[in-house]
Order: sequence, then C-alpha cells, then structure tokens
Amino acid sequence: MNTKLVEIKDVAVSYDHQNVVLEEASFDICPSDFIGVIGPNGGGKTTLIKALLGLVKPDQGQIKFHIPIKKVGYLPQINQVDKRFPITVLDVVRSGKTGSKPFTLFKKNVPDTEFAEQLLSEMGIADLRHKAIGELSGGQMQRVFLCRSLMNQPELLVLDEPDTFVDNHFESELYEKLRELNERMAIVLVSHDVGTISFYVKSIVCVNRNVHYHPSNVITTEQLASYNCPLQIITHGDIPHTVLKMHDNHDHHGHHH
Amino acid sequence: MGTIIELFSYDFFTHAFWASFFAAISCGIIGTYIVSRRIVFVSGGITHASFGGIGIGYFLGWNPLIGAAIFAVLSGWGIQLFTQKGKVREDSSIAIWWSLGMAIGIIFVYLSPGYAPNLMSYLFGSVLTVSMTELWLMGVLSLVLILFFALFYRLVLYVAFDEEFARTTGLPVNLINYLLISFIAITIVLNIRVVGIILILSLLTLPQTTANLFTKDFKKLMVLSVLFAFLGSLSGLLFSFYVDIPSGASIIFTLVLIFGLTKLAIYLRNKLRHA
Repeated sequence: MNTKLVEIKDVAVSYDHQNVVLEEASFDICPSDFIGVIGPNGGGKTTLIKALLGLVKPDQGQIKFHIPIKKVGYLPQINQVDKRFPITVLDVVRSGKTGSKPFTLFKKNVPDTEFAEQLLSEMGIADLRHKAIGELSGGQMQRVFLCRSLMNQPELLVLDEPDTFVDNHFESELYEKLRELNERMAIVLVSHDVGTISFYVKSIVCVNRNVHYHPSNVITTEQLASYNCPLQIITHGDIPHTVLKMHDNHDHHGHHH
Repeated sequence: MGTIIELFSYDFFTHAFWASFFAAISCGIIGTYIVSRRIVFVSGGITHASFGGIGIGYFLGWNPLIGAAIFAVLSGWGIQLFTQKGKVREDSSIAIWWSLGMAIGIIFVYLSPGYAPNLMSYLFGSVLTVSMTELWLMGVLSLVLILFFALFYRLVLYVAFDEEFARTTGLPVNLINYLLISFIAITIVLNIRVVGIILILSLLTLPQTTANLFTKDFKKLMVLSVLFAFLGSLSGLLFSFYVDIPSGASIIFTLVLIFGLTKLAIYLRNKLRHA
C-alpha cells in the first residue's frame, strides 16, 4: 500500500494562459489527513480544488492519484447548483454514485437507494428524502450534498465551503461529523472561517496565488504574513483570542495578544 | 357531442389530432428539460435561427423543413460552442444566432422567385395542413424521445442538475449536452407546423409551468407536461375549429387559460385551507 493518496507537485493554473491564479502548489494528501485550505477570496482556493478534481487543467506540474478517482468525494460550493431544479433529495444523493449502469428504464436500483437512505438517516434527514431540493433550508441542503459526496464511500473527501448558508448549530454539527468521518477518510476542507476550522483540522494549506503547506493546525499571524496570506484569524490557545489583521511593520509583533 | 366524432371523418382533422398528440409528447418531454435547465432562450434562439433554413429551402426549392432542421441543429451547437469555447456570454451568443438566422431567412425568401407559398404557416403554424410524412416524422421523434428518456433518465437528470459534479463522477457531460441540444432543435423544427416559429416557445414552457404547480420531480413533471400539452392543444384545436380562428394562436390561448385557471384554483384552495 502506498502511504500517499494524492501527490500534488508544482501545480500552476492560469485562465486563458495569461492570468495566473495559482502557482507552486506542492503538497501530499495522506490517508488520515484533515487539511484546512484557507486564503482570501479570489486567492485560488476553489481553483486548487478544481485542479485536484480534474475540472481545470493545470498548465504546469502534475497531480498524481494513488487511489481511483471515484474514491474522491466532492462537495462543491452551494451556489453552484440551481436550487429550483425539479429533483428530489433522494435523487440528488443517488447522483453521487459512479459506475452505475447507464440503462435504468426507470427501474429502482435497490442497493443504491438503500445506501442513499442510510446516509440520509445517519445525517438525520431521512424524512426529507422525497422533498424537492428547493424546499430545504441551507443547512439541510448542505447535509444532502454531504450525503451525495459519500455515495462512493470515498477515501478522500473534498469540501468547498460547506459552512456557507448554514446556522451556527449546524456548523458545529457539521464539523463534528467531519471529525468522525476523518477516522475513515482523508479530508480537504476549504473555508473562509479560519478560526473555527483550525480547531478541527490537522494541517493547513494557505492559498493566495502561491500555495504554502503548514504541517500543524496552529498558525500565527507572522506565519500568515510570511505566506503573504492576509487574513483575520482566531487562535485557540489556552484562552481563545483574536489576532487581527497582520501589520505592515513587524517590529512589535505579538504584543497585542 | 356527436359533432366531435363527426370531425374525425375528415382527414384534415384526424391529421391535426395526431399532430397535436405527437406535439404534446415531444414538446412535453423536451420542454421539461428546457425549463428545468433554464435554457428557454437558447431554445428561442434555435427556433428563430431555423427561419434561415426555411428561407434557403424556399430558394433551393427543397422542403423548407429540411433547411430548418439543419439550421436549428447547427445554431444549437453554435450557441453551445460560442459560450463554452469562444467565451461569448450566453445571452449575447443566443442573440447572434437568433438574428443571423432570421436575416438569412428574410434575404433568401426575398431572393426566391415568385411568391413564397405557406410562408405564414411556418411563422404562425397550420396544424390543419400537416402532411402524412410530417406526421410520421413526428411520431418517430416522439418514440425516440420516450425511449431515450426512459433508458437514460438518470444520466440526463444528473447532468442537467449539476453539470460540474457530473463531470467528477465521470458522466459524459459534453456528449449529453450536444445530444440534448440536437433533440431540442429537431423537436422545435418538427413542431413548427403545429404552432409556428413565433409561438413554439409556449408549447415548450406553458405545460411545464402548469405541471410544476403540482410536482417538483423531473420524471412526474415530464408526464404531467405531456398531459397538459395534449389537453391544451386538443381543446385549442377544437376551439379554433368552432370559432374559426387560427389554430396555433388558439392552442396557445388555451394553454395560457389552463395555466391561469390552475394557478387560480390552487391559490383559492390554499386561501380556503388557511381561512
């Protein structure tokens, strides 16, 4: 068995071959990883994810998979889907399954349906299965998309901002769920909520055109500054405290703690 | 009403009946896809672009529907390609094909020697003059669509719902997109004779909007849309016959009426329930 699931080496992505949106992305994803991807809006977080999933082609470098691509689960940004599309919750979840026979003849695929229903009840939303996707709240919708991403029993789960449009209650529930899933699979989680995720993730990837891998979940403003990653962060020390934006002059760093 | 049965003894009426029947099937199914994917105006572009083919058909002395079919399919692919590869915004891309097709049509109808017979029937429809060949083609199309959607239902549903996610699960997204846009083009062209270029969009959207009041499941939406389309076109046809008005416009009018009444009924029912 190979100990790495995915190797990302010197990946660079540009649009129209001129606007570089991502460069020097190099890191590995290992079986029990829980990687938080942070960075400013427009910094290339989503591009990194899309390159990882093969949705955009890198101009340079390579992404090497040691697991079949169908063992990668994906939860895209919620605003990517049309919320008024006439589709039921159960069908959305089932759409995550790859390799089913293309011929269906309206026939019920019993194993797929049962597994989808099992996922929905684990997430506590089994009673919503015949509802249309548009009738759900933001938190319920994210749960449905999480179920969809688990249909192939992935070894790597990639989530792009699963914490948008959800209430605080669901947010903590979601992170607990991810922690539980992390016992079975590696997770790559994109979020703008740096403070909360650093509490759950094991390592951090900072994306602001350049990509920096940071092998722990504690990251200081100074490190962020050296990564050129302008963010407001909350750290979880003995006493949780907020570290505001980095300063231009670094000579008095740390004193405002 | 013995008169309705009497009507079926006329060939032209039997033809019109079958034409409405097949139109309901093909427009009901394809319209559900169009409405769900919000590509109503892509379809509008294809419809109007097909007029270019009708013009060239007149000019060359072919059956105008052959020209229309070629133009419709090419413009459908063109809109898709412009948007995907050419980085033209979709609505602008639609407008380009829409007006280009109309312009070519107008030029060639003008250049065609003599008077263009039946031109109005392509613009506004003429279900009473549908030929036997056209009926056969419509029947075959309906059968092909039923089979395709029955066999590949989930494939179409998943790609239509979330194209990018479908790519990550390895579905042939581009193939499905181009195939479906071709089906849309052919459906539009073969139904031009029923309600005409100007009015065909309604047959692709009104029954679906009515059906959407009852269900939000793609599969049921298709079936209900076919029913509402058939109800609308048949009663519109009868209405046009008794009142002696153009059938295409009459069908649209009935479809709108059905939608309005259904919406009102649902509104009143909800009102009473909460009163």
